Amino acid sequence: MNRLSAAFARLKAEDRAGFVAYVMAGDPDAGASAALLDALPTAGADVIELGVPFTDPMADGAAIQAAALRALNAGMTLKGVLKLAAGFRAQHAETPLVLMGYANPFHAYGFSAFAADAARAGVDGVICVDLPPEEDAELRQALAENGVALIRLATPTTDDARLPRVVADTTGFVYYVSTTGVTGAATGAAAEVGAAVARIRAASGLPVAVGFGVRSPEQAAAIARAADAVVVGSAIVAANHDGGADAALKLVSELSGAVRGA
Amino acid sequence: MTQRPNAFSQWPDARGRFGEYGGRFVAETLMPNVLRLEAAYEAAKTDPAFLKDFDDFARDFIGRPSPLYFAERLTEAFGGARIWFKRDELNHTGAHKINNCLGQVLLARRMGASRIIAETGAGQHGVATATVAARFGLPCVVYMGATDIERQKPNVFRMKLLGAEVIPVTSGTGTLKDAMNEALRDWVTNVKDTFYVIGTVAGPHPYPAMVRDFQSVIGREARAQMLEREGRLPDAAVACIGGGSNAMGLFHPFLEDESVRLIGVEAAGEGVDTGRHAASLNGGRPGILHGNRTYLLQDDDGQIIDAHSISAGLDYPGIGPEHAFLHDSGRAEYVSATDAEALEMFQLCSKLEGIIPALEPAHALARVRDLAAELGPDGLILMNMCGRGDKDVFAVAEHLGERL
Repeated sequence: MNRLSAAFARLKAEDRAGFVAYVMAGDPDAGASAALLDALPTAGADVIELGVPFTDPMADGAAIQAAALRALNAGMTLKGVLKLAAGFRAQHAETPLVLMGYANPFHAYGFSAFAADAARAGVDGVICVDLPPEEDAELRQALAENGVALIRLATPTTDDARLPRVVADTTGFVYYVSTTGVTGAATGAAAEVGAAVARIRAASGLPVAVGFGVRSPEQAAAIARAADAVVVGSAIVAANHDGGADAALKLVSELSGAVRGA
Repeated sequence: MTQRPNAFSQWPDARGRFGEYGGRFVAETLMPNVLRLEAAYEAAKTDPAFLKDFDDFARDFIGRPSPLYFAERLTEAFGGARIWFKRDELNHTGAHKINNCLGQVLLARRMGASRIIAETGAGQHGVATATVAARFGLPCVVYMGATDIERQKPNVFRMKLLGAEVIPVTSGTGTLKDAMNEALRDWVTNVKDTFYVIGTVAGPHPYPAMVRDFQSVIGREARAQMLEREGRLPDAAVACIGGGSNAMGLFHPFLEDESVRLIGVEAAGEGVDTGRHAASLNGGRPGILHGNRTYLLQDDDGQIIDAHSISAGLDYPGIGPEHAFLHDSGRAEYVSATDAEALEMFQLCSKLEGIIPALEPAHALARVRDLAAELGPDGLILMNMCGRGDKDVFAVAEHLGERL
């Protein structure tokens, strides 16, 4: 069983939702980023999403865009991200690691080479924000050949007619974007999220992680009661920028505690 | 015109591809909207009522058809081929941009949108969008890079007069690409009621084809006017290229006329070799940005490199996917002109023709000069004068060391 399936099976056995922590690779630099990654599992992250910095992150809000630019200015590249991933994997055999980014850096690296190197680095899944199902065949095949999951996004605008297509080739889990908007904006109402999660679970047969706009432990707990996992990104990235790794890890502890207690 | 198989004018395909370029590279949130837009546009473009609306407003509000003008003194000065200008700078709001805005805002009304958003670089597309939105009573928000706001103040004021809200974009370098990112973010957030009027032949399908279709009024008129005035087609049709909407509008009706060379002029900034330019085809390589696969200015890691041009309207690190296709297939030629050449032509055209060109078509004029010599006196060149230079006088004065 791969690490993602194993992690969600464990969560199911423990009868609780998981906590997914998003951090930007290379923010503020490669060394600090490696140290933060290393500490996330102990702080309570069940799954880690590692942001791949891109100059033009159209679906991200101010916090994550600024983090991406800091990382790029400090010299982070996709090759550097894979190196961070490999470093993390050498120390942590179980915690799944998912890369989240935009198509152009993967395209520039070459989809096949990227998929092979990601697998070698111990990456378990990839989320590519601007490759909708209509456009992701090339990356999907490359990842599949290397045993890396392609995790797709479902959104409030993904209606019943479209949902089967969106979840058809998704592996690992489905990432439900709980609001129309960029990362860090307001989250959707818990009741609506619950209905959406049920709909996606039924269509996909996969666990559903919910993110975009989750900031506080209370919100995280509310989402955790409806979803298989809760994703927090912008708030952690902002804490890391404002207060350093200590502040980010403290927030991760609080959020994961709230998710576990929900 | 009967279409031959493999005709250049048949693109895009059902997936919105021009060969291997184009497509719909957007976040899932936007996909349903993009598909809905495609369906609405497909229905509108063959609806006689929609087309009549477009033609009526094009005539009465924009002032179409724009004249075809023989640039006699530039022809003399360059000493070669006869040079004709398609005068799209005489359109209402002073550029070709409004052709497309009219089409898209009419479509927005048809789709029941209650809010219009747009990105703008030089401000011409923002002004044109604000103008048409005002005419139809739709609230309009324009995203504009903070750097561009600084160098295009008169256009910012125009948009405000027209009732639009101009939102400065400080992310990235504060230019056109950043304004486009911000407009896409707005659209992602307000998918239900908002229509995004993209200003060039880029973005996710159907935008590249739709914007081209609305701008093709330029080439259709010019083709008929050339036949009427000169009794034959031009040897070359020339236009400047940022995203490429005026060029695509000029080129498209000539795609099947194999005798007509199609020449796009990119902005070479300080020189394509210097790294400070906006020439995506001459100095970039294929990648994925803003909803389409096309040539981009990017580094080895796939990070987007900022474009540079004296002309805010050409200052974009990508190019419409149909141009990428025409480039690879060899049907169109893509050359470039530097900031310095554009400044020289800006002044020359003003003095010799009594037409102050925008800095954008001033780039095209620099290559028209070479082409005129190459073709000789029997040659015939059609150039799209896609915008007037009033907006640029402050920036040009500064470059020439004059204080206004």
